[in-house]
Amino acid sequence: MNGNTNDLILKTMTSIIAFILLGFSLYLFFAGHNAPGGGFIGGLMTSAAIVLLNMAYGQSATRNSLPVNFRFLFKLGLIIALGTGFGSFLFNEPFLSQTFAYFQLPILGRTELATALLFDLGVYFTVIGVTMTIILSIAEDREEVSQ
Amino acid sequence: MESALEITRMLIDIATQIAIVVVGISIFLLLYRVIKGPTNPDRAVALDVMGITLMALAGLVTIIVVTTRLNDVVLLIGILLFIGTIALAKFIEKGVIIERNMD
Repeated sequence: MNGNTNDLILKTMTSIIAFILLGFSLYLFFAGHNAPGGGFIGGLMTSAAIVLLNMAYGQSATRNSLPVNFRFLFKLGLIIALGTGFGSFLFNEPFLSQTFAYFQLPILGRTELATALLFDLGVYFTVIGVTMTIILSIAEDREEVSQ
Repeated sequence: MESALEITRMLIDIATQIAIVVVGISIFLLLYRVIKGPTNPDRAVALDVMGITLMALAGLVTIIVVTTRLNDVVLLIGILLFIGTIALAKFIEKGVIIERNMD
């Protein structure tokens, strides 16, 4: 119950596992079109990785190494999602209509790129922002209260 | 040759059903430890192993309903289980899960 424990194993494992988690979340995000996954579960996995970093290294060290304002991030996500909705007005289409096309990419070859991915990106940012805002504002403790 | 294939298929089916029953029994035994466990670390370890048996159950169900879509679920259970167990362990050890300063 003293606060000074040595978390060497946890810290070493976290530095490996956090990258696996981020890779898996990116896979889930891009697989969402033809397989289980999508913006929501991808965002949840990314925030799980960030929560793991927070648990292993403490809140201030994580904020120094990952300087993201999560309150800004979910506003950005909502703006992206709304922007894809209003972007369809430029082509005289109804609100939130989606389209796709095939492109010749350098490494991947002939790839189907859909504008639904941009909407999914908005969902992804919103889920990360909301989850991390909730968790970090609950974890925010007061400065040492003297008994 | 085709009868050998049939036998193999039947063997996989029977083995999977037996394995599901055994994993189900082990989940109930772990549930007993979760309810009865004298201390909180006992309950935490029992919940951890229960999650692992849940991963096994998801894998076995993947064999029964022939699909590959559940493989992501197995990975997902493993990751969430790891994070949850670490959070429980930190709570039991220190009483706080996300600290402000570790040093």
